[in-house]
Amino acid sequence: MAMEWQVFCKDTLTSEVVSGCLGSGKDITYLNWIFKAWGWTVGVSLTALLIALVVGSIIGVIRTLPNSPWLVRFGNAWVELFRNIPLLVQIFLWYHVAPALIPPMKSLSPFVLVVLALGFFTSARIAEQLRAGILALPKGQRYAGMAMGFTTPQYYRYVILPMAYRIIIPPLTSESMNIFKNSAVAFAVSIPELTQFALQAGEETSRPIEVYLAVTVLYVISALVINRIMAFVEKRARVPGFVASGSGAGGH
Amino acid sequence: MNLDFSLLNWDLIQGFILKGLAFSITLTIVATLGGIFFGTLLALMRLSGKKWLDVPAAIYVNGMRSVPLVMVILWFFLLVPFIIGRPIGAEYSAFITFIAFEAAYFSEIMRAGIQSIPRGQVFAGQAMGMTYGQNMKLVILPQAFRNMLPVLLTQTIILFQDTSLVYAIGAYDLLKGFETAGKNFGRPIEMYLTAAVLYFIICFSLSYVVKRLHKKIAIIR
Repeated sequence: MAMEWQVFCKDTLTSEVVSGCLGSGKDITYLNWIFKAWGWTVGVSLTALLIALVVGSIIGVIRTLPNSPWLVRFGNAWVELFRNIPLLVQIFLWYHVAPALIPPMKSLSPFVLVVLALGFFTSARIAEQLRAGILALPKGQRYAGMAMGFTTPQYYRYVILPMAYRIIIPPLTSESMNIFKNSAVAFAVSIPELTQFALQAGEETSRPIEVYLAVTVLYVISALVINRIMAFVEKRARVPGFVASGSGAGGH
Repeated sequence: MNLDFSLLNWDLIQGFILKGLAFSITLTIVATLGGIFFGTLLALMRLSGKKWLDVPAAIYVNGMRSVPLVMVILWFFLLVPFIIGRPIGAEYSAFITFIAFEAAYFSEIMRAGIQSIPRGQVFAGQAMGMTYGQNMKLVILPQAFRNMLPVLLTQTIILFQDTSLVYAIGAYDLLKGFETAGKNFGRPIEMYLTAAVLYFIICFSLSYVVKRLHKKIAIIR
């Protein structure tokens, strides 16, 4: 099986090899296209990660609040709901079902809908991790905060969360890498990201192996970069003398 | 927008849904059993202490774990016919893909399970004069399985959810069943909703069972 990498230098319309491999203006090559698709993957993943971190933190915190059983129940229901439906089905729900049931959502772009789907899906997993991180702290930390006269938001902000977030950096790292992998599911609703590119360009060029290889390499690079960034964060945030607990196996 | 679930009758379930449900469940069971078998082999390779076994297994496991499942499904759908020299259906391709992919995840679970067994157990087996194979089969693996049972089952639930991704190659699974029914009768919204509810019921009850099991095992130990 001989590889033919020239396929990436071809114009997407005329299939002629462009010198320099990059097209100009409206004439784009497959190389231009794959980078654009990578941009979509990165855009979808990072925006979804932001939503997942914000929503996941809120849900994770309210699940550990003392004396608010209804908030805890709401948080638990949230996690169970988003954890027990496959991501692809959730994307269909956001993309096909939600706009039909809630008319104002019709004006939202597919990008926003997919980002919401991926973000909320991941928020349930981050909420679970943050809850575990908070529960892993000795109870005395909470009591110490209370004894200092802190209000509940204050002792969460100054005592519990700074340590809890440090504990969950390892699982957060794998979750950030997961979100890049999970963004591949967006191909099902025609977001022009890497997997969608792989399907279309593989068919158009009849060189699927080269196209898939390039796409796979870009996914691996993305995951690696995120991994390094999180390792840097972990190193910078380390508290001397405090050993964070490891993460469990499993998950996708 | 009015929702109309009236078309959700036995004929439709029999005609569209059961076939998909059967495929999703079969795929989950086959991939779990195959994944645990090959995953255990991979874990043993990684813990063997021999470089020529450890390194290839590590490359395989980390490679599989850093690529999206959808891409793995597409890869196998493209490559397996090349390797065996004749076209195979999306369904067979899905079986091979999921066994190969899940083996990587199960191997990490089994590795953690084997490492959770105290070293004294290994030495005790050796002191009894057991060979490596006997020691693994009779002493270590049974305990590792037992310790890891909740995690293995949780992974199976995730696997069941992931079977919906065979959508990428057009295999007829549970989701596809609902989608086809929705398109044929012009009621896609209702069918997607029903699919979500059904997936939720299945996965939620399974994870409840796992939680109960976890408590039971924890008390015995």
